[in-house]
Amino acid sequence: MASLKDLRGRINSVKSTRKITSAMKMVAASKLRRAQAAAEAARPYAERMSAMLSRLAGNVAGTPGAPRLLVGTGKDQIHLVIAMTADRGLAGAFNSGVGRQARTLVRRLLSEGKTVKILAVGRKGRDYLKREFASNMGEDLAMGGRKTIEFSEARDVADRVFAMFERGEFDVATVVYNQFKSVIAQIPTEMQIIPLPPPKAAADEGARAVYEFEPDEETILLRLLPQNLAIQIYRAMLESNAGFYGAQMTSMDNATRNAGDMINRLTQNYNRTRQANITRELIEIISGAEAL
Amino acid sequence: MPLTLEIVSPARLVLSRSVDMVVMPGYEGDLAAMEAHAPMITLLRGGVISLYEGGAVTDRLFVGGGFAEITPDRCTILADDAVPVAELSPATAQRRLAEAESAWAEVDKTDVNARDAVLDRLQSTREAVRVAGAAPGQGG
Repeated sequence: MASLKDLRGRINSVKSTRKITSAMKMVAASKLRRAQAAAEAARPYAERMSAMLSRLAGNVAGTPGAPRLLVGTGKDQIHLVIAMTADRGLAGAFNSGVGRQARTLVRRLLSEGKTVKILAVGRKGRDYLKREFASNMGEDLAMGGRKTIEFSEARDVADRVFAMFERGEFDVATVVYNQFKSVIAQIPTEMQIIPLPPPKAAADEGARAVYEFEPDEETILLRLLPQNLAIQIYRAMLESNAGFYGAQMTSMDNATRNAGDMINRLTQNYNRTRQANITRELIEIISGAEAL
Repeated sequence: MPLTLEIVSPARLVLSRSVDMVVMPGYEGDLAAMEAHAPMITLLRGGVISLYEGGAVTDRLFVGGGFAEITPDRCTILADDAVPVAELSPATAQRRLAEAESAWAEVDKTDVNARDAVLDRLQSTREAVRVAGAAPGQGG
């Protein structure tokens, strides 16, 4: 049995761990609020953009000169998988959830004989996927662990993806990211961004009206599609960021509670040992006195 | 019924309210939207959006480009970046212009898309400098 001194040491160390995890939980909670607000604030733009896009796309989709971002290259051979994770850990299954999802996807694509390229956004996902698919890894981008995510960062990622697409380096692009469902639930999700999945038939009256275009549909689409790409990535980044803090908060909460349990157990153990020691000493004294 | 105007930037919903008329910098020239305008989708240059209520300009916002969708009762502007004119800083505008000019010097002029993108940026930043310079009482 451990000595009293050892037990005291352990109790103290678990207590300071609990202090750290509960502080991290607080920090995550306050960051979560901001991240969640940012994710919600970005929604109107994305919604209106996809509405506008569906109106435009309906006019252009059938024509032979339709932009390739919309209709794809006509092939399905080279896939780009964009895995979006955080740069830091201590967030439960947040990073490994995306990693696992991406791994399953890549394995499936490989078994179908496709070529797969991986673009990792966020350090944790890169490390995870590198273990199995080192030869498929493209360049990767760290999220940098900044407090807020700027649109320009999403723009950089989108520009890079767009440039790869223009050079014909892939046919289909899929983003794997954590969708923010609630503070305790983040769902690893796959989202195809190139070619754009056909928009759901918008049945509202706006879709039927005849629009004028200035300059013309194609020019507008050529601008709108890359912007849309950036927006989709931006949204995924924001969701992932909010999800990260949610996951971190939950896991730190658990860790704090576990540390509390552990402290209770250790304290009980400590008290028992202390009492046993006292009892033993008493017995020694009493039996010593009786022997006289 | 007045026109419902919405201005959204990637990061947030900037503004949503009814106005009598909105003048925006369309790709091929400024245009005004009032109620019962024919449905239209247009690209925007960098420039100033003016909101008219009761015959007077009530708000002016600078946009760095974007898209606008006009329907008979609504006008939705998807702006790359929307800032009230009074908050534009001449110094920032100058810096962005300098960046755009160096981008122009470097860009591959045979690549039409890249060239146009930089040209639009130049136009938008020049406009920002002009507007920021004209706004009175603005410190750096």
